[in-house]
Amino acid sequence: MRPNLVELRGLTVAFDGTPVLHGIDLDVAPGEALGLVGESGCGKSVTWLAALGLLPGKATVTGSVKVVGREMLGRPRPVLEGIRGGRIAMIFQDPSSSLNPVLKVGRQIVEALRLHRGLVGQAAKAEAIRLLDLVGIPDASRRFDIFPHEFSGGQSQRVMIAMALAGQPDLLIADEPTTALDATIQAQILDLLAALRAETGMATVFISHDLGAVSQVCERVCVMYSGRIVEAGPIDTLFEAPRHPYTRGLFDAIPRLDGPRARLIPIPGTVPNPKDMPSGCAFSPRCARSSDACNESVPALVAQAEGRSLACRNPVPGQPVKPTRQKLLEAVL
Amino acid sequence: MIGFALSKLLRAVVTVFAVMTFAFVVLRLSGDPAQVMLGPDVPTSAVDAFRSQWGLDQPIWVQYLAYIQSILTGDFGVSMRDRAPAIDLVMERIPATLQLTIPALFLKLALGIPAGVYAALHHQSATDRGVIVLSILGFTIPSFVLGLLLVLIFSVTFGLLPSGGYGSWQHSVLPVIAMSIGGIGILARFSRSAMIEVMGQPYVRTASAKGVRWSDVIWRHALPNAAVPIVTIVGFMVGSLIAGAVIVETIFSWPGIGRLLVVSVTNRDLPVVQCILLMIAATMVVSNLIVDLLYGWLDPRLRMQAAH
Amino acid sequence: MTQPLIKATNLVRTYAVRRGLFGKITPVRAVDGVSLSVMPGETLGIVGESGSGKSTLGRMLLGIDPAQGGSVSFEGSAMPRLGTAEWRALRARMQLVYQDPLAALDKRLPISVQIGEPLEIHRLLPKNERRARVEELMAAVGLRRDQAERFPHELSGGQRQRAVIARALASRPDLLVCDEPVAALDVSIQAQVVNMLRDLQESQRIAMVFISHDLKVVRNVADRVAVMYLGHIVEEASSDVIFASPRHPYTKALASSVPVPGKKLEGRLILQGEPPNPADRPSGCPFHPRCPIAADICRTARPALQTVAPQRNVACHMVTPHTVAIAA
Repeated sequence: MRPNLVELRGLTVAFDGTPVLHGIDLDVAPGEALGLVGESGCGKSVTWLAALGLLPGKATVTGSVKVVGREMLGRPRPVLEGIRGGRIAMIFQDPSSSLNPVLKVGRQIVEALRLHRGLVGQAAKAEAIRLLDLVGIPDASRRFDIFPHEFSGGQSQRVMIAMALAGQPDLLIADEPTTALDATIQAQILDLLAALRAETGMATVFISHDLGAVSQVCERVCVMYSGRIVEAGPIDTLFEAPRHPYTRGLFDAIPRLDGPRARLIPIPGTVPNPKDMPSGCAFSPRCARSSDACNESVPALVAQAEGRSLACRNPVPGQPVKPTRQKLLEAVL
Repeated sequence: MIGFALSKLLRAVVTVFAVMTFAFVVLRLSGDPAQVMLGPDVPTSAVDAFRSQWGLDQPIWVQYLAYIQSILTGDFGVSMRDRAPAIDLVMERIPATLQLTIPALFLKLALGIPAGVYAALHHQSATDRGVIVLSILGFTIPSFVLGLLLVLIFSVTFGLLPSGGYGSWQHSVLPVIAMSIGGIGILARFSRSAMIEVMGQPYVRTASAKGVRWSDVIWRHALPNAAVPIVTIVGFMVGSLIAGAVIVETIFSWPGIGRLLVVSVTNRDLPVVQCILLMIAATMVVSNLIVDLLYGWLDPRLRMQAAH
Repeated sequence: MTQPLIKATNLVRTYAVRRGLFGKITPVRAVDGVSLSVMPGETLGIVGESGSGKSTLGRMLLGIDPAQGGSVSFEGSAMPRLGTAEWRALRARMQLVYQDPLAALDKRLPISVQIGEPLEIHRLLPKNERRARVEELMAAVGLRRDQAERFPHELSGGQRQRAVIARALASRPDLLVCDEPVAALDVSIQAQVVNMLRDLQESQRIAMVFISHDLKVVRNVADRVAVMYLGHIVEEASSDVIFASPRHPYTKALASSVPVPGKKLEGRLILQGEPPNPADRPSGCPFHPRCPIAADICRTARPALQTVAPQRNVACHMVTPHTVAIAA
């Protein structure tokens, strides 16, 4: 087995002393497509910004971040700069403001080519145009010299992807890459990401709040809640039968496009404030299955059958989601 | 592009014209030059003679039309006191003023912008707070207080530098400092807030995420975006290269435009005052024009899109 | 048959847009000949992507954005002009809820005061009864009594949106126009607010125009759905059938683009290209440049919205009552 591309161990982040990430253990194997799911504030983006050293100065990061076996945390800036955009590239949620408005898009791509592949001049320009073409920018050679504000959101995200590909990364981290885009454009970008991964063999970490989007491009998924991974596993296993009450709650809360107009099953309450976390399991105040033990200590993420891991004392029984769902629907109707 | 430049130019001309008219009217209404020039004891006949000689006995709109007409032919009038062409008197003083304002401008740029940028990059650190406090101090202390303070310390107490006058480079040290402190504070503050805003933008994070060196992230990705608000302030400072020295020149007895203005106002030497005001308005307007053009160059979003 | 609560006929809204700082001014048709009606107690969903004109349409229904063509009538009489006393009186009966509750609320006032504002503005209740009404409203939207004196920033996003909805309900409106009311909320909270809206709808028989880009939410809230593309309604049908068996190729693509948990990417209908700039409207059918089944006629003639089956209107040359009959 090839060594992992990235290994996170006990990664914690605190902002101005308030912990927001409470020890993340996560491996990314070469070529795999991993999804990170959770609601706002769960730490899914912070995990990767911390791993790449992209958090602002007020953040304290501890633990270990190994990229192909080499520790990155606490290393000097140039070491990280060599990894960023090279071995590991990242794209973001709001593509229109993620491109520098005063630099031509061509120049922004050429900059990445120069940094990671030493390309300059005509060679760099030709390669940048090839990349723009690859990500589906029409008339790429003419649009090389255009400023970002003349691109739509979808095209800006394509440019961001081209720029990420410039360093021939082994891992692409896509942080909510389709959230700001319209439905039909969202589908195009997901399709592009899947196609590029098939073509280049790079690993992908897909960060999203949208379980649907994750299931389209990922093989394995981690569900996060309040700064911890609460459930992880291969996508089919996990989506077939979610066992953590939170994962389960997320599925039930999503309205369906097909089937009858059923009443939704929301998760009661709200996500806890990081400054005022419950003593035990962070989900216990909203959890219908919680017992006294849940309020005492945080359950550990423990390996289960079928490659699943789970951090819950009273998990949902391991039966497929659909029949249960149907039963619930019938009960409501 | 040509349409844009023309409309800006037209607006500039209108502004200068408005200033000219305003100055003309206010000056005519604010006191009689004849009384001031000739003193209180001269006979009425002498006053009348003076008035008719300078056309002050005409209705104000006749005077105004005559004034406009002579401006358009390049004639800025003759000083009522020295009988020399007003424009010559003004031009003669410009080098002295620029000798203070240009070094002061460089000082503002060289200290204000780096201080602001540095504070922004160390946001919420002790240095940052220090820069904020100093910059507030800098632009809240009036320049006459600062000027007198400097004289008190460096000339009176330590005797290091001359307290006033014109001549060697030592003479210009204190006035230049007095003139630049406020601007340094203002520039530091503006650069700081512009830079803090830009550093929080997603494209700065993108630049870091793509492996750009930290110094290049700042120089090539962040600073050009922070330039627009900074240029606005700098443009204003360039615009006051001529007008900005009135108080400091007076304190340090510096023979520049500012002093000429003060003296001419006191003497009701209308042609000279008008000529100076026109000059000030023109520099302001020209620097504004340059700033407007710079905006388009700095930020492609503000640039005309018809070219594509 | 009862009379529609609100009825729009052939609405047109054009904005003058300057392209670039010094460019030419081009008229942009944000809403281009839209007709619709909402019955009392009914919920009409409007879906569409950015630039489809759905938000503008919502504002036009309330008379906030004046129509340049066409007309809106409320209970059979024409909508009074914006700003008139009649319009203000009518506004008590139709309220707007939009996406960003933080922008909609005054951050200096506790929410109970803001919820009671419409009562004060429209002088609806004697002062001594207002307090009780505010408490009733807060209970109706699921806010606790102890949250009455909280300020907006002390509440979560979901709670803020509840407060905004409570305020909108204060004047007992007959119509609520909701523009992306849950778009800013997390899934678990979104479900709470969606359920609450549905409860209100059932208990108080409020008619609703529910504008959203999220097909799943619209399907869950609305009785009937209109799909907009570039200022036109391209399909309109009951929410039970429109996404299950879409007829218009755009609706098909839209329904297919909704990511469903557990479903892979394969087999999805992915449109080419992007919606055109509203200022550069294509000739003929606005959808034809992206349409997989476009024919010559689509490039030249704009299809009218016509009834192709009971309760189902489609604006497409390729979908006629005849083709629908064959397909069925």
